[in-house]
Amino acid sequence: MTSPTKIGQVKTVQVDTGPALSRRRYTKVDPIPWWLKVLGGLVVAFFVLPTLVVIPMSFSDATTFQFPPKGFSWRLYENFFTNPVWLDALGNSFLVATLTAVLATVVGTAAAVALSRLQGRTAQFVRTLLMVPIVAPAIVVAVAVYISFLRWQLTGTVTGYVLAHTAIAVPYMIVSVTGALGGFDPQLLKASASLGASPLRSFVRVTMPLISRGILTGAIFAFIVSFDEVVIALFLRSPTFQTMPVQMYNSVTVEIDPTISAASSLMVAAVTIIFILPQLRRGRRGRRQESHADDT
Amino acid sequence: MSSVNIKWSRWFPLVPALALLTGILLVPLGKTLVDSVSTPAWTLKNYSNLFTDGVTMTVLGRTALTAATVTAIALLLGYPYAYLMTRVGPRARGILLVIVLIPFWTSVMARNFAWVIILQDGGPVQSLFELLGADHVVLYGTTAGVTIAMTQVMLPFMVLPLFSTLGSIDRRLLLAARGLGSSPTAAFWKVFWPLSRGGVMAGVVLVFTLSLGFYVTPALLGSPQESLVAQLLAQRTTLLLDFPAAGALGIVVLIVTLVLVAWANRVGGTVSAIGVVATSRPKDRP
Repeated sequence: MTSPTKIGQVKTVQVDTGPALSRRRYTKVDPIPWWLKVLGGLVVAFFVLPTLVVIPMSFSDATTFQFPPKGFSWRLYENFFTNPVWLDALGNSFLVATLTAVLATVVGTAAAVALSRLQGRTAQFVRTLLMVPIVAPAIVVAVAVYISFLRWQLTGTVTGYVLAHTAIAVPYMIVSVTGALGGFDPQLLKASASLGASPLRSFVRVTMPLISRGILTGAIFAFIVSFDEVVIALFLRSPTFQTMPVQMYNSVTVEIDPTISAASSLMVAAVTIIFILPQLRRGRRGRRQESHADDT
Repeated sequence: MSSVNIKWSRWFPLVPALALLTGILLVPLGKTLVDSVSTPAWTLKNYSNLFTDGVTMTVLGRTALTAATVTAIALLLGYPYAYLMTRVGPRARGILLVIVLIPFWTSVMARNFAWVIILQDGGPVQSLFELLGADHVVLYGTTAGVTIAMTQVMLPFMVLPLFSTLGSIDRRLLLAARGLGSSPTAAFWKVFWPLSRGGVMAGVVLVFTLSLGFYVTPALLGSPQESLVAQLLAQRTTLLLDFPAAGALGIVVLIVTLVLVAWANRVGGTVSAIGVVATSRPKDRP
């Protein structure tokens, strides 16, 4: 876990579920101090609570951001789903995020599969290079992309948004697929080739089914990365085309429009459903599989 | 098929990814670099201006200070949390891990809006301070408010490298130290802390570096009078339309970031941690 890794080389954070000593025996000798649990609880609250304030806010009857919210109404949700400005922004975000997810899936999977079979300095360099979009500060990328896109007349266009978002989503896709390829046995491809399958057919029939979960995870990440991306979107926006996060930004900075609390609550709920629930389920399944592996 | 062909065909699937990276990122960044040294003439004036305009250096200093504060708080909160994660059972560990990832995956705008509500004049944090006897504490529009909100987002980047390092330390060493007559505090500082330093370095550099580039949080929660470097960059680009000057500043920020990241990678070896943080799962075994 502590061994040095080169940039771009993928390391999965593995949760070791089997400590050296059995936990019960261990806690007697070496108990967890009470203050550590309290501190842990406070950090948990710091992680979870702040974001939750958007939910009571979304049922507020007030026309400002006042907290605690006043009264109870569905007015903000009604406004969100009837106001064309919000609906357009939502639709645009869905369009851009879907196209980004599709493009990033194709481009990223191809790159990850190729990289997994390549060794040497050049491959290492390419791997590092492909990770640059996640380490480069979003604002620098946004400014550079904005200046170039102005010249190429891509600002405020779906194409511009999709290209920019795909560029920053591909690294996540590569990390996800590379992780899935970790357990892939390349001998399977030799077997498939010896049986007369073309490389493409081998990929579709052998590799893809085995890494499908990594591809799906990556595609979901790509979708969320795009759907939630705000910095580049702020630069690429035009009066006629803007995405949800940009409209949310406007509603805080310019319009003081409390509809943003409904929008925020929906975003939080959506991400929870898309991302956190499968994680919990996968956690349970993983444990089951492991206990099964222990039996054999 | 000759062997050369086979060799090249292996690289072929990388072409779309590299083309996209080049077209969308490397060309614009390269163009920004060239513009910054060639407009209005071939000089380094745009760069020397950064030192002499009286604004940039102040803002860069403030940004570095803010990033350092965020890093310090994140370490103080993240270290015990990561340690706790290594001590609890697998189920609790899975839950703690999902909780770490919550700020990372909740919508950026929803999260920042939530902080606007919490920190605003008359908001819950102010009421809390009033209960404690401190009247009219305003955090909205201050660097302190920005720091608090940034720390929440940056904590995962501290916790995960730490967790992976702390989890690999053999705790029996601590028991051995205790058995040899060491106090719990001394055992921690002499045995556990030195072994965890790699993870600490990785987390610290990662959080500091990422904190340098924050834009939305300072723009929404901070004030224009106390802007951070990302706001300055945005302002020079979209309001002043001074692309070469903005470009020079952007290139400086980019280079500082990449150098720090490369260094962190050599020291702690967890740079792709960003990607890993994003895609890590409580359980990831085939």
